[in-house]
Amino acid sequence: MSIFKKIITAVRGGATEAGEAIVDANATRIFEQEIRDSEKHITIAKRDLTEVMAKQMQAARELAQLQASIKEHEGYAMQALNQGNEALAIEVAEKIAELESSAADQQQANESFLSSADRLKELIKKSERQLTEYKRQLTMVKTTESVQKATSAITDNFSASNSKLLNAKDSLERIKKKQAMFDDKLKAAEQLEAETPEQTLKSKLQDAGIGAQQTSAQSVLDRLKKK
Amino acid sequence: MNIHTIATHLNKLADDTETGFNFDCTPINGEIDVLQVEIIGREEIPIFVSISDNQILCIAYLWGEDEIKTELKANMMEAMLEMNIPMPLSAFAKVENKYVVFGALSINSSLEDIELELVTLSDNSLEVISEMDSYLK
Repeated sequence: MSIFKKIITAVRGGATEAGEAIVDANATRIFEQEIRDSEKHITIAKRDLTEVMAKQMQAARELAQLQASIKEHEGYAMQALNQGNEALAIEVAEKIAELESSAADQQQANESFLSSADRLKELIKKSERQLTEYKRQLTMVKTTESVQKATSAITDNFSASNSKLLNAKDSLERIKKKQAMFDDKLKAAEQLEAETPEQTLKSKLQDAGIGAQQTSAQSVLDRLKKK
Repeated sequence: MNIHTIATHLNKLADDTETGFNFDCTPINGEIDVLQVEIIGREEIPIFVSISDNQILCIAYLWGEDEIKTELKANMMEAMLEMNIPMPLSAFAKVENKYVVFGALSINSSLEDIELELVTLSDNSLEVISEMDSYLK
C-alpha cells in the first residue's frame, strides 16, 4: 500500500485519537534505516564506478600503446622484407601477432569496463530516484504525525485553560467590532488633535492680524516698491 | 529555526513592524512545540505555528464540521477548492473535524517571510469566514 493511501486510511479510520500514530514509531525507524541503507549503497556504487572508470581509462591507454607498437613493428617487418631478410621479418611478424593478441584482450577489457560503468551509472540513477521517493514518503508520514501532535497540544492547551475556540462567525463579528472601535478611536483622536485650544488661539490671532504673519507675495512686492 | 526564535522576533517587533500589526506569542508545550500567535485585535483567530524536520507549518482554524449547514457542505467544499489557488500563500485543509487555512514554509525561511506569512494567513482567514458565512449556521 502506498504511504499516501496509508495516511488516508489511518486518518479516516480514526487513528486520529491523541497519541495514536499513523505509522507506528517502529515502522518509521525501519523506514529511516532503509533510507540510510540506500544512501550507503549509492555511496558504494559511486566508489565502484570511479574504480571501473579508472580501469577503463587504463585499458584504453594500454590499447593505444599496443596499437602504436603494432604499427611500429609492421614498419620494421617491411624494412626487413625489403632487405630480403626473411628470417628477421618472420621474427618481427611473430612479435606483431603477440601484440595483436594482447590488443584484442585489452579491447575486450575496455569494452567490458565501459559496459560496467554504464550499468553502474544507471543503477545509481535508479537508486537516487528511489531514495528521493522514500524521503518524500517519510516526509508525508512525519508531517502527518507532527500535525497530529500539534493538534493534540493545542486541544490540550484549550481544555486546560478552560477556554475554547469560538465559532467562526462569532470570532469574525468580534474582530470586526474591535476594528470598528479602533477606527472610531482613531477618528476621534484626529478630530481632537484638530481642535486643540492652542491651534484655535493661534489661528484666531492670525485672523486678527496679530502676531507672526505669513509672508505673502503681495507683501514682498510692496516692500520692494518702497525701496 | 525554532518557535522561540520566531516568538522573540515577533514580540520585540512592537512599533517597528512593517506589516502594521502587533503580535502576542505564547508557546504551548506538548510532544512537539507549538507557538500560538495572536495578532492584536484579532485574538479570536490565533495562528498556530509548528516546526518539523523540513518545514514550518502555520495553521488557522476556521470552523468545525458542526458549524456547516449540512445541505450546503458540497457547495462549500467546491467553493474552497476554487478559491484555493487564488488565495495568496495559504491553502485550505482539514484537521480532524476542523476546516483550516494553512501555509507551509521552508525551514530556511527568514523571520520576515514568516511574519508576512502570518499576516497573510490572518487576512485570508478573516476574508474566508466573511465570504463563506452563507454556508455556516
